[in-house]
Amino acid sequence: MGAEHLPTSEFDIEELEQSMTSSDPADAPEMVQLLASDGTLREDVQYGPYAAHLDGEALRGLYRDMFLVRRFDQEAVALQRQGQLVMWPPLLGQEAAQIGSGTALQANDYVFPTYREHGVALTRGLELSALLKLFRGISSGGWDPREKNFHLYTLVLAAQTLHAVGYAMGLQRDGEDGVSVAYFGDGASSEGDVHESMVFAASNQSPVVFFCQNNHWAISVPTEVQSRIPLSNRASGYGFPGIRVDGNDVVAVHAVTRWALEHARSGRGPVLIEAFTYRMSAHTTADDPTKYRLSAEEDAWRDKDPLKRLERYLRSSNTAEDSFFEEVAVQGDELAAKVRAEVLAMTGPEMVQSFNNVYADPHPLVAEELAWHREYEAGFADADAAGEGN
Amino acid sequence: MANMTIAKAITAGLRETMKNNPKTMLMGEDIGALGGVYRVTEGLQAEFGKTRVVDTPLAESGIIGTAIGLAFRGYRPVCEIQFDGFVFPGFNQITTQLAKIHARSSGDLSAPVVIRIPYGGGIGSIEHHSESPEALFAHTAGLRIITPSNPHDAYWMIQQAVESNDPVIVFEPKRRYWLKGEVDTDNPGQDAFSAKAVREGADATIVAYGPLVPVALAAAQAAEEDGNSVEVIDLRSISPIDFDTITTSVHKTGHLIVTHEAPTFGGIGGEIAARISERAFLSLEAPVLRVGGFHMPYPVAKVEEHYLPDIDRLLEALDRSLAY
Repeated sequence: MGAEHLPTSEFDIEELEQSMTSSDPADAPEMVQLLASDGTLREDVQYGPYAAHLDGEALRGLYRDMFLVRRFDQEAVALQRQGQLVMWPPLLGQEAAQIGSGTALQANDYVFPTYREHGVALTRGLELSALLKLFRGISSGGWDPREKNFHLYTLVLAAQTLHAVGYAMGLQRDGEDGVSVAYFGDGASSEGDVHESMVFAASNQSPVVFFCQNNHWAISVPTEVQSRIPLSNRASGYGFPGIRVDGNDVVAVHAVTRWALEHARSGRGPVLIEAFTYRMSAHTTADDPTKYRLSAEEDAWRDKDPLKRLERYLRSSNTAEDSFFEEVAVQGDELAAKVRAEVLAMTGPEMVQSFNNVYADPHPLVAEELAWHREYEAGFADADAAGEGN
Repeated sequence: MANMTIAKAITAGLRETMKNNPKTMLMGEDIGALGGVYRVTEGLQAEFGKTRVVDTPLAESGIIGTAIGLAFRGYRPVCEIQFDGFVFPGFNQITTQLAKIHARSSGDLSAPVVIRIPYGGGIGSIEHHSESPEALFAHTAGLRIITPSNPHDAYWMIQQAVESNDPVIVFEPKRRYWLKGEVDTDNPGQDAFSAKAVREGADATIVAYGPLVPVALAAAQAAEEDGNSVEVIDLRSISPIDFDTITTSVHKTGHLIVTHEAPTFGGIGGEIAARISERAFLSLEAPVLRVGGFHMPYPVAKVEEHYLPDIDRLLEALDRSLAY
């Protein structure tokens, strides 16, 4: 079956906005954009000031982060293709949404990611190879979430949004000024836990930023199946602000996230950000987008590439020259080589370790089964020592 | 020593843990001004304030999910689920998130969340208000499940549940909420995650828990009048199960009957039967028998007395076992 016969998402952002607008055109949200596709800066009275601090060094830093995580992502895909990972969910296309938002956070903010927030992980200072443990089949976590305030990846869609709200309720009780940030996607927005998390967050006026990356596709199902209105519009139903931002504009994402964090941190309650972006690659390495979407759509979004857009600005404003981009490319290759070496050196745990943390306190059944397992395995060792079974 | 009902013993136990640990908090529907539909939290919001005794929005997944997030910040939330049949909107959070986070994080995180669930039938109520879903949770590693049968245990076990570093589900026998008994507030007696022989006997063992412990004791009393000496074990902990206490008893009696209100198929009784046949096969003089619910949705109140295990059904099973 040809892809042209399949339902598809709109190519054009404006067209999509119109198609997704409710009957009253006044309900259509404006999309915050500070850096146009052609690489020119735009004025924005409300959110512009939240990007004013981004000097040349900071902008080059945003580019570097986006480039590095794209290169890391590319290496992870290669590692999967070479049989070193069970699977991998690529973030290609979502670099600006993740780097822009992640760099707006403070150290005492706490991130609850989905399973695709590789860019946010980079901004939190996580060793990126740790992300691969889950996908190498050697851990169901891979890092201590408390070290960088970056929670484990959560695979059950939207479950983490409630954890984020509970964490924020704890922050309120502790009198701390951190903000809890719940990442989720357009597909997960249909899950009941997103609804309940927004109800609880609004009810408690908790310091939560809901960061929805609308990447247009929940595996093979377009966003229109999840919602007849722009996702950011849903916030008004819960009684807190909802903002749609151009998710491929790293400057706008950064500014809007800073605004939202300030709003939440100052006790004014939650905010929903819908970062309007596009999953340029497959859902995971097991997916095949050619079965459900047109390559023309991918081409249209390729023109909105978040890295190209910032590069255009950096070059046209003389903020960065060839030497910078060459240097970043080298750093990307170094990161990829480092991650590859670390992953190839990762060995799996022994089965006995699976018994260790089922419970925090001693548990008789786990102890009994562990003892049995050890004895059973020891029987093979004895047989090997005796030269049996050859 | 104080004489009180099971409901008030839980209230008193919660009050103690709220006093002793400032990180303990209560969450649930209608638990504040109303004190919960069974009034178990009555007076606690007035005593400890609205930030520690929280009337939540009406959403079970939300209650459990936010409790998990609070636990990540060091809190020990005690969640009240209004009725057994209403826990299922929270089932995903309990089984995929709460039960697994300690293992997934290699022990870095723990979620010592307590979930209180009034359970069981015999109160003449409408559907979803009389169920016993304990086996659905017992099958999930990472959870602990306990159920008190008397006020003393209720007072202490709720406190021990909060002290546990693991998630604990406390199934509260709702038709026994008004059962009175002595509570020794100075002496906890024994660990929450262990069973207890509550009546000595030589000829057969009945294992019961929660609402059926008084039924098993009454059946043992009736059996004694027929000349049979029956030992009764109050299981107390459904996960883990204290198989040592049951095994010791079966070595002595050679006959075992397990009873619960939940359907027998795939239930706790089946697990006990299998384990005891592995541990005490040569001591058994008869197959392990189960007396429990039928394989059907909990029936309407009009007929529930024919569904629930009672003294006669236990005695019938006892006769079959002893005659085997």
